[in-house]
Amino acid sequence: MSKETKGGPGSSHLLLRRHHDMGGLPAGPVDPPKPEDEHDYAPWEKRVDAILRLLADSKRRLITTDELRRGIEELGPGAYDEMSYYERWIASITNNLVEKGVITVDELGRRMAQVAAAWPAGAEAPAKQIAERKP
Amino acid sequence: MSARFAVGATVRVRAAFPPGHLRTPFFVRGKTGRVTQVLGPYRNPEELAYGRSGEPALPLYRVVFETAGLWDDYRGAARDTTVVDIYENWLEPAEETV
Repeated sequence: MSKETKGGPGSSHLLLRRHHDMGGLPAGPVDPPKPEDEHDYAPWEKRVDAILRLLADSKRRLITTDELRRGIEELGPGAYDEMSYYERWIASITNNLVEKGVITVDELGRRMAQVAAAWPAGAEAPAKQIAERKP
Repeated sequence: MSARFAVGATVRVRAAFPPGHLRTPFFVRGKTGRVTQVLGPYRNPEELAYGRSGEPALPLYRVVFETAGLWDDYRGAARDTTVVDIYENWLEPAEETV
């Protein structure tokens, strides 16, 4: 980072500013999105959104927006910059659920292996699973 | 909880830099601004972020700052302002006029 904010006392200590708190830092020219940049959300992104809403609803109350944000801030600078918006969400949701004992690391690891085996990266959905999903 | 500051009050944001989740941006800490709205009590996000109740709720204020006072290298108009919502635990009374 070439410059830092004036930011008041302590601003000369960059360690005091957490990575995500980057408002006002130099970031190059602003490139406003054009209409053709608009894109629909991928199905998995909509699913992540739905998962959060269900976990946070008045019936479950398993996570708050503040816990989601805290989890995102704790991903660390590399992950924070490289992950997409909903990747950060699902990473934070996962960590929060592990912390609260809603899921365990062991069951998560086993389930992820099952999913990876059933849905190889880049492959179309297996025909059997597509058939099973039909109402 | 009754609000400590009224609309029009000059306030200084505490120059504190704790680790942990907080909603007061780095660039306003230590800066002086003016309350333009009392937004009401909200549960404390610094507590909610760690699975706690966030009670008692804190007054949340809308505070306006002169943008040129926030960044040394700001090249926009002198009349530009920056508005930030800040919880009461981050604000102290200030004398200066802004």
